Amino acid sequence: MLNFALRRLLLACLVALTVSVIAFFLVRVSGDMAIALAGESASAEDIAEIREAYGLDRPIIVQYADWLGKALQGDFGESLFFPETVWELVATRLPVTLRLAMAGLVLSLLIGVPFGVIAALRPNSWIDRLAMTIAVAGQAIPSFWMGLMLMVLFGLFLRWTPISGDDTWVHFILPAVTLGYYSTPPIMRLTRSGMLEVLQADYIRTAYAKGLRPMPVLFKHALRNAVIPVVALASVQFGHMLSGAIVIESVFAMQGIGYLAWESILRKDIAVIQAILLIVCLFYVFLTVLSDLLNAWLDPRIRVN
Amino acid sequence: MTDATASRSIDTPGGPLDPARALGPSPTARFFRRMRGHTSVMFGGSVLLLIIAVAVFAPLIAPHDPYEQDLFKRLLPPFWMEGANPAHLLGTDNLGRDYLSRLIYGAQISLMIGICTAVLSGIIGTALGVTAGYFGGKVDAVITFIITTRLSMPIVLVALAIVALVGGSLEAVILVLGLLLWDRYAVVMRSATQQARSMDYVSAARAIGCPTWRIVLSEIMPNVINNLIVIATFEIAHAILLEAALSFLGLGVQPPAPSWGLMIAEGKEFLLFDPWVITIPGIALSILVLAVNMLGDGIRDVSAPENRS
Repeated sequence: MLNFALRRLLLACLVALTVSVIAFFLVRVSGDMAIALAGESASAEDIAEIREAYGLDRPIIVQYADWLGKALQGDFGESLFFPETVWELVATRLPVTLRLAMAGLVLSLLIGVPFGVIAALRPNSWIDRLAMTIAVAGQAIPSFWMGLMLMVLFGLFLRWTPISGDDTWVHFILPAVTLGYYSTPPIMRLTRSGMLEVLQADYIRTAYAKGLRPMPVLFKHALRNAVIPVVALASVQFGHMLSGAIVIESVFAMQGIGYLAWESILRKDIAVIQAILLIVCLFYVFLTVLSDLLNAWLDPRIRVN
Repeated sequence: MTDATASRSIDTPGGPLDPARALGPSPTARFFRRMRGHTSVMFGGSVLLLIIAVAVFAPLIAPHDPYEQDLFKRLLPPFWMEGANPAHLLGTDNLGRDYLSRLIYGAQISLMIGICTAVLSGIIGTALGVTAGYFGGKVDAVITFIITTRLSMPIVLVALAIVALVGGSLEAVILVLGLLLWDRYAVVMRSATQQARSMDYVSAARAIGCPTWRIVLSEIMPNVINNLIVIATFEIAHAILLEAALSFLGLGVQPPAPSWGLMIAEGKEFLLFDPWVITIPGIALSILVLAVNMLGDGIRDVSAPENRS
């Protein structure tokens, strides 16, 4: 297991390094940063001066090494539009996004796991079919549209929730529901198939045979084993939510890093885009490793292969 | 043997020793028969065909020019509401453009992006997946690393950043999504190829000195093509949703094109008094994506090995 974990971590470091190269060059190749900094109407001398002042006249590899070295110490440079440094900006915005993604994940686990269990206990019953139908139909609805429709229904017509902002927990209800909705079907499906498999295992029959009641068998013996891959999936889903938050945050005008990313992309605020790209990618890499390690810990076959 | 005796021979088509009769319908024929009997294939397929027909014949069907503005007829409500204008069945947008016509032309954009993206990413993903699965070893390790790297980049964020830099347009969205959505093809084709490669007929082909490209094209591809079709349908749906999201965020297809995502973005400020402005394109998007997904689900059910009799 230790061997597997070390190999997996090494791979993750390589991926992270590659991703940092992509995050840096992707934004760089697109346009001249000196012109972006100086403004469209700047004179050639101004641009040349800025190029020198920001070190943009150095070879791009040197610039990359410099950027990465500073980034590792938490220095992502200055934003073109905000008075704060990029690091301060991200640090103030990140909690909103993490809170939103966490709320969405908890919601989808709270709905997905019980429904998955019920569906597995009564395969092909009406409740199983209903859950699957909602899942299939739901995947077809664009998330931003769903957010807007919830906003119209609960925010404008029923006036139960605020329609935008991130001040109180009430503001998080609609965005979290929207975000969580899309992670519920995969969680439900995995719980269902995991439970179906576990319920046929010999030790479950043994548990019943020695006279245990159905509920303890279900929860202590079956669900405990069926739910570990779900935890691994949940960590991957958490990553998807960080990415999905870009769309949802801009629908609900929540000041998270998703909204910050969108604003910065529209304004070509290069330092901020690079920082967010790198940070979100690193979250992804970390969550994938976590999920892989969980799965490997559960299933020795993965470790050996 | 003369023609006369040949025609009386017992192994003529339909005769008692006709191999076709002994084996029953061909796998392809059985596949299509099962497709016809499958509800979600039939439903998803019919709806999709209908939308494709609408998109193809848009100039004939659309009652108005989708770009023609009439500021005296702004935000006319659709037919089920009071004050509707019979000339504009689904009303007009805030520039007085006919909503039904824009919706009809919007189908072209969604389908074009969905299909072109799925083809582009399909070519990239299949090439990577088949190469990794067929050659294994170091080649496999390198391609697996590329796949892992791609999977650790959030699509929406990366797509937004690239589109912002190269400028939003139909072609840019297709190119960016095509270069990003190949991961599922690569993963599935890699393992499907690994399985197919260990088959005896592949070893046989190798033994008689078949060139690699021919083994891949004529021995491996026919056996993994089902997977390819299923993933392609899901990626079409995925691309359509992503285009809508990008256009909604202002970084996809640019105005005045009638992209459904863009129509929702433009309707957002009228959400309070005219929620139908965002409801209509949203429903159109959901129906299209649902139809494509149902077709994909159905084809997967039908072509799954455990369903083969």
